[in-house]
Amino acid sequence: MKPMVLNTRMQAETTAPRVRYFPHRLWPVPSGWWLLGQKILRDRLAVVGLCILLGLLSTAVLAPSLAPFPEDITATHPAQRLRAPSWEHPLGTDTLGRDIYSRLLFGGRLTLIISCTVVGVCMAIGVPTGLIAGYYENAVSQLILRLADIFLAVPRVILALAMAQALGPSLPNLILALTVTYWPWFTLIVVAETRTVKKATFVEATEALGVRPWRTILYHVLPNVLSPLIVRSTLSMGLTIMTAAVLGFLGMGAQPPAPEWGAMIAEARLYLPDALWYATAPGLAIFLVVMGFNLLGDALRDILDPRLRRGRR
Amino acid sequence: MNVLNYVAQRVVTLIPTLIGLVILTFFLSRVVPADPAALIAGEGASRQQIEALRQRYGFDQPLLTQLGIYLAQLATGNLGTSIYTGRPVLTDLRERFPATLELTLVSIALATLLGIPLGMFAALKHNSWLDHSLRACTTAGLAITGFWLAIMLQLFFSMELDLFPLGGRIGVPEPRALTGFFLLDALLSLNGTAFLSALKHITLPALTLAYPAFATIARFTRSGVLDVMQRDFILYEKAMGLPHLLITFKYLLRNALTSTVAQIGLLFGSLLAGAVVTEQVYDWPGLGLYAVESIMKFDYQATLGITLWAGVAYGAVNLMVELAQAIIDPRVVRR
Repeated sequence: MKPMVLNTRMQAETTAPRVRYFPHRLWPVPSGWWLLGQKILRDRLAVVGLCILLGLLSTAVLAPSLAPFPEDITATHPAQRLRAPSWEHPLGTDTLGRDIYSRLLFGGRLTLIISCTVVGVCMAIGVPTGLIAGYYENAVSQLILRLADIFLAVPRVILALAMAQALGPSLPNLILALTVTYWPWFTLIVVAETRTVKKATFVEATEALGVRPWRTILYHVLPNVLSPLIVRSTLSMGLTIMTAAVLGFLGMGAQPPAPEWGAMIAEARLYLPDALWYATAPGLAIFLVVMGFNLLGDALRDILDPRLRRGRR
Repeated sequence: MNVLNYVAQRVVTLIPTLIGLVILTFFLSRVVPADPAALIAGEGASRQQIEALRQRYGFDQPLLTQLGIYLAQLATGNLGTSIYTGRPVLTDLRERFPATLELTLVSIALATLLGIPLGMFAALKHNSWLDHSLRACTTAGLAITGFWLAIMLQLFFSMELDLFPLGGRIGVPEPRALTGFFLLDALLSLNGTAFLSALKHITLPALTLAYPAFATIARFTRSGVLDVMQRDFILYEKAMGLPHLLITFKYLLRNALTSTVAQIGLLFGSLLAGAVVTEQVYDWPGLGLYAVESIMKFDYQATLGITLWAGVAYGAVNLMVELAQAIIDPRVVRR
């Protein structure tokens, strides 16, 4: 069947020799991600946050070559314990004579592993459950919501602490405890967003066209849920790092000699006020990293989620 | 909708959640590889003693039966007995609750009294130096870890300057118990030394908890005010020539504070359930410390008790928040 001619320009296009009318044929139209990147780079605070996070990422990856004493993760040097910062040990040494700077760099690895795994798994659980519970109104969605309610009925730290203790303190168990207590937040975010999107006319249109529900959910609802989800995930990275540090501080995280930042502060606390540098460095590291995620998250929210925009006007 | 009806409905929906929470915590505290009977008996106990304890506490029964017994016990208002203190968990909780409540009230009051005005001024004069410094301050407040802040405050104010004590709740004999709040008790019984000591002891923990809370409150207030400032009705009131202060305090704030009130409630709820690490660092004898201690010692009856308590407190506070929001903004209920 001959295609219907809609306007003169299209007519011209079919008859005349092919001319490039649209600049985007020459220069690709910037994609959403490109625009997002540009907007982030224009936001000073977001750039600061991004720099902090890139710094964390690169130091974590390059920790073995950046650290002056990479063997200090396990090795101990009792002879040089609790030395103040010097050229040899920029952040001093700890109670077993280990270089705090080296341990801090390797601790960044642990922090990244913990936060990325927890948030990643939470999203993997939260997105499907949230889409189902938000899109359908049946027994399954009720079950998901009630289950989420139970986990959200107490502050996260108490439940995570009880779980980590029950499973036995170790890094995988810490990650498990944080994940189990955190996925309901993601589910509820997705549920709330899905319910909003579901009311939109285009979803109704897909129903009218006879699109299968799973297709609607996957291709029409999910992309619209994604941007608030990215915002919350970025912000929750910071929260996860803080909660992980709390559990590490209470001895529930990675076991010694692992250089977990929270655990380092707990060790250092015993040597205050003499070994000032000992407790300061890991605390500042946590502070900086959490701030990095928060700054980036705030900027992403301002860009991606106008409904939540917080007075940048 | 009738408010009482609404409350009753919410309370009814809270109950299954709490039962679910109890079941969850029960299984959580019983997957422990350690033998609870051996833990109670202590290290030097003989096998017979452990066996006797196992029968006494019912650990020889199947888990589901144990759960049933525990739930039946709960229904009579009995939270069981703490293994370590050897006293009913409810008594422990009741005794420690005033300490946590006092700390929570002081911190939230501090955070609110600073956060709302500062957030408001930052919004009214936005992009001024006040706004920028407040933003820096709140950004830091949301990124700082409570226990590290606590340690640093201890380091500076207790160890270096020796202004405030390192931990504990009071340094002199406790004032006569009237309300359970040491500050109030000391005032009521005109006990100056006790009041001063209690005040000194509460300062650092309250500051530690208040800082992040202040950051949250100030941010929400600021964004709320900024948001409402641009609504048409404010423009209209300005055009009508209403006094500036009247617009700000009567119309602007009321509309701007809805989300702030919700945040204050959430903060209150989470602190009431126990500011876990802060209480631990300052050795504050409240529920947070109790939670950490009982969880660490596998004291499962106490763990269950504190979790259930946290759930009740959280639920109750959330309900109150909804009511407060309904009073500020009646549209909330109609939705």
